[in-house]
Amino acid sequence: MIEVRGLSKSYGDYQAVENISFTADKGEIVGFLGPNGAGKTTTIRMLATYLPPTAGSATVAGFDIVTQGDEVRKRIGYLPENPPLYGEMKVVEYLKFIAEIKGISRSRIAARVEEVMERCFVADVAHKLCQHLSRGYRQRVGLAQAIMNDPEVIILDEPTSGLDPKQIIEIRKLIKSLGERHTVLLSTHILPEVAMVCSKVVIVNRGRVVVEGPLSHISRDKSLEQVFLESVSQDGSIVAAA
Amino acid sequence: MRNIWAICKRELLAFFVSPIAYFVITGFTLLVGFFFFNHLSYFAQLVEMSAMISLRGRDLPNLNQTVIEGVYHTMVVILVFLIPLLTMRTIAEEKKKGTFELLITSPVSVFQIVLGKFLSIAIVLVIMLSVNLIFPALLIKYGNPEVLPILSGFLGLVLCSLGFASIGMAVSSFTENQVVAGVISMVTLLLLYVIQAPAESLGGTAADVFRYLSPVEQLQDLLRGIITLKSITYFTSLIVIGLFLSQRALEAYRWR
Repeated sequence: MIEVRGLSKSYGDYQAVENISFTADKGEIVGFLGPNGAGKTTTIRMLATYLPPTAGSATVAGFDIVTQGDEVRKRIGYLPENPPLYGEMKVVEYLKFIAEIKGISRSRIAARVEEVMERCFVADVAHKLCQHLSRGYRQRVGLAQAIMNDPEVIILDEPTSGLDPKQIIEIRKLIKSLGERHTVLLSTHILPEVAMVCSKVVIVNRGRVVVEGPLSHISRDKSLEQVFLESVSQDGSIVAAA
Repeated sequence: MRNIWAICKRELLAFFVSPIAYFVITGFTLLVGFFFFNHLSYFAQLVEMSAMISLRGRDLPNLNQTVIEGVYHTMVVILVFLIPLLTMRTIAEEKKKGTFELLITSPVSVFQIVLGKFLSIAIVLVIMLSVNLIFPALLIKYGNPEVLPILSGFLGLVLCSLGFASIGMAVSSFTENQVVAGVISMVTLLLLYVIQAPAESLGGTAADVFRYLSPVEQLQDLLRGIITLKSITYFTSLIVIGLFLSQRALEAYRWR
């Protein structure tokens, strides 16, 4: 699970994220929404222990992201905005490397890599170099990387961007199945996607949370689209929800 | 340990799948071969001259000093220029491509990343230098040089190149631009290479300090077949300082 309490990040005078709080429970898929530049990626990077927060705190899988970063890193799977692939490696080599650094035992590596490749539909490009992959395959290899060690918390930054419609459907199914046993934080700006896979929604605008609540509550009276547009047009004021 | 090896293996794969390692090793060997030939023909000339004029009581030309020491010294100069080409990509490229974000959010420590990468460069360098043992081997086959200085000199070259690589890597961890990393490493190594130059005019303690800092001065004993604690300590310190700076740079990158 994820618990964010008053997380802030500023670069000099610029406040990228301001006092963000929300929670994501086990088995929940949380849609993390917001317009471009709202602070989604910054927040996600802080939760993945890539960036240190300037104020506030957060726990991921029960461990503090600042003081217990090592423990957090063992328990998360993280897909950054740009899939972090090594162009000169074959897909299968890359995933074996990931399995090694994520501490999967030597005897299980081969089987686990096979399994993950099947789940993310990349088995057919196993022996292609990462640099020759199309955007959609890169995205899916990135996703395979994120779920390699069966992490408690999965953080995905726009996982379906660049995929074709058929792939989008498959990946959404995959994410949905992940949500059964894991906590998933899914950053996106595709609203129908949220409606389809997420159980909870957090909308951020200008570095602040403007809406937080279960999807069923939020889209009871209005469509998610309306909620989103209204919440991001108002300056930081919180729309009552939940 | 396992993480260090995993990272090292990945780096080696990158070196040998891309043409970098082959070009650097071939280029180095070509240059060394050229200089070996030059020193050897100079030596042959000396021998001829000393045969014509009777050199009784004077030093006869020495194969070790003229050829091997000469070639080893030249190798250090080539290393100053080649090593930055090997090290400039190590960390800068990861930052540029975004794979650094993957490494730093994985359960590997910054120190393991640094050590794994250093180990891979060390392996490439040892391969590269070992290939060039063919030139002293030719001398052993067709002449009678002393073997000990050849080996201790080789040890000196390995230590020196590891020191250079460690510094190059530290520079690479401070930037995400490979060219910048390459240029700064080259300038730093070149400065280090000529650092004893002001020693003559300064004199006194300052001169001793500058001489101590010079890798060329520190190599002198090793090239003559004398392994001293002083020079081993010097090169080990270079390696440790480079690794320490790389580690600090990456930690700082995480916490800013």
